[in-house]
Amino acid sequence: MYPAEFEYFSPRTIDEALALLSTWGEDAKILSGGQSLVPMMKLRIASPRCLIDINRIDSLSGLRVDEGRLVMGALCRHADVAASALVREHLPLMLDAVSQTADVQVRNRGTVAGSLAHADPAGDWPAALLALDTHLTVVSPRGQRTVALETFLVDAYTTDLAVDEIVTEVAVSLPRPPAGGAYVKFEKRAGDFAVASVGVQLTLEGDRCSDVAISLGALGAIPSRASAAEAELRDQPVTDERLDRAADLVREAAQPFEDTRGSVEYKRHLAGVLFTRAFAVAADRARGSRVSTLHL
Amino acid sequence: MRDDEPNVPEASVSRRAFLKGGAAATGALSSALLPETAEAQLPVATTPDARRTMVEMRVNGIPYRHEVPNHTTLLEFIRGDLKLTGAKAGCDRLQCGACTVIVNGRNIYSCTALAVEVSGAEVTTIEGLAKDNALHPLQQAFIEHSGYQCGFCTSGQILAAKAFLDRHPTPSEDDVRLAMSGNICRCSAYKRILESVMAASRAMPV
Repeated sequence: MYPAEFEYFSPRTIDEALALLSTWGEDAKILSGGQSLVPMMKLRIASPRCLIDINRIDSLSGLRVDEGRLVMGALCRHADVAASALVREHLPLMLDAVSQTADVQVRNRGTVAGSLAHADPAGDWPAALLALDTHLTVVSPRGQRTVALETFLVDAYTTDLAVDEIVTEVAVSLPRPPAGGAYVKFEKRAGDFAVASVGVQLTLEGDRCSDVAISLGALGAIPSRASAAEAELRDQPVTDERLDRAADLVREAAQPFEDTRGSVEYKRHLAGVLFTRAFAVAADRARGSRVSTLHL
Repeated sequence: MRDDEPNVPEASVSRRAFLKGGAAATGALSSALLPETAEAQLPVATTPDARRTMVEMRVNGIPYRHEVPNHTTLLEFIRGDLKLTGAKAGCDRLQCGACTVIVNGRNIYSCTALAVEVSGAEVTTIEGLAKDNALHPLQQAFIEHSGYQCGFCTSGQILAAKAFLDRHPTPSEDDVRLAMSGNICRCSAYKRILESVMAASRAMPV
């Protein structure tokens, strides 16, 4: 299978990339990892007339820590996250997510920023990072802006990126201990997109849950937060009854579509089950136990 | 890393010799098919066309320079242009792993990377593994442990295993299972593939 023909540019700087994007507008697509874009082009779902390949813009590579935040450049690959000791130590939710995303080959090529910009309703990064304090840095010839992930995600495959804008960074605040997180995903076969997924990031002080964020993936057109369930748990002692009520509220918050991966009823049921599992692992981790991603 | 050593396996040499011979005999073969060393002898296409790009990459230690249509995948470049047919077109949509090659030390799906995007990289295909007539320990282990049945997925399996073992020389069986979950074997030889990779990990220098 060949994609339709296109013109190809490989800029060395962000300014060059922005100039190309301003010239080509809607006819251009930004190529980073290409693990969604290239298959879409081969299937002719996408036929951009111009590809702007940002892989040779060195300043966009890798990840670093900056002022209490994990900062991932637009070229930070899934594999870079998987290999990060910092992520392993402070952001186990992200390690869960990357370990369950596709397979090694895709993780070696695909990027975190690309996954967010693609905004697949069942993508792992949009859902997982929504449970964390995540902001994107976006540049255009008009300047630079920072946007929260929940604002960035507008609808299925739709973000608030303007036609002349490029994502340059994704930043995640490092949670303050005693915090723990987990991302639990249900898939029909290894490496597939989620039937449903739930992320939980919480802070435990004794048996009191002083803060909690619950994100839902593949349970609506875009990942969302289960705010009512969060409010049920926040600043309260963790009890079985309260967790049951929170699970009910998670099921109510889920707005799944029926598709080949399951019915609305089935996915809504899954949402509650996955929440309960994710909360238990996140709480264990907040208490200091090292729950391996393998055991999710 | 082993990938860094230039290596010219015998099969590749004879293929190049064949290409050179064919070019001399017919005069019809594009210069772009030949490694850089042979380039001066033949004209290079210079037509400026926005839909084509000059791609340069070292494949199994041999530098190539070749103008391709922008929409050429790395797999098509390797198989069609370089005539290295060890990488297979299976699903052609990043799901089966038969097209796996190693780019800058990482295993990727060559069906889902564009040749232009990988230009400048160091690429290893199955043809680049044997050295001085000696099979790579993974190739040897796959033979000794029957790590294949029909063989279609085998080059991808071996390259996925190589990229993994180069970084994780003493893995557990679970590590290997996870690392190779991107490579499907329709004959379902998984148990023996696992045995082969574990045996190779013991045989390879750490």
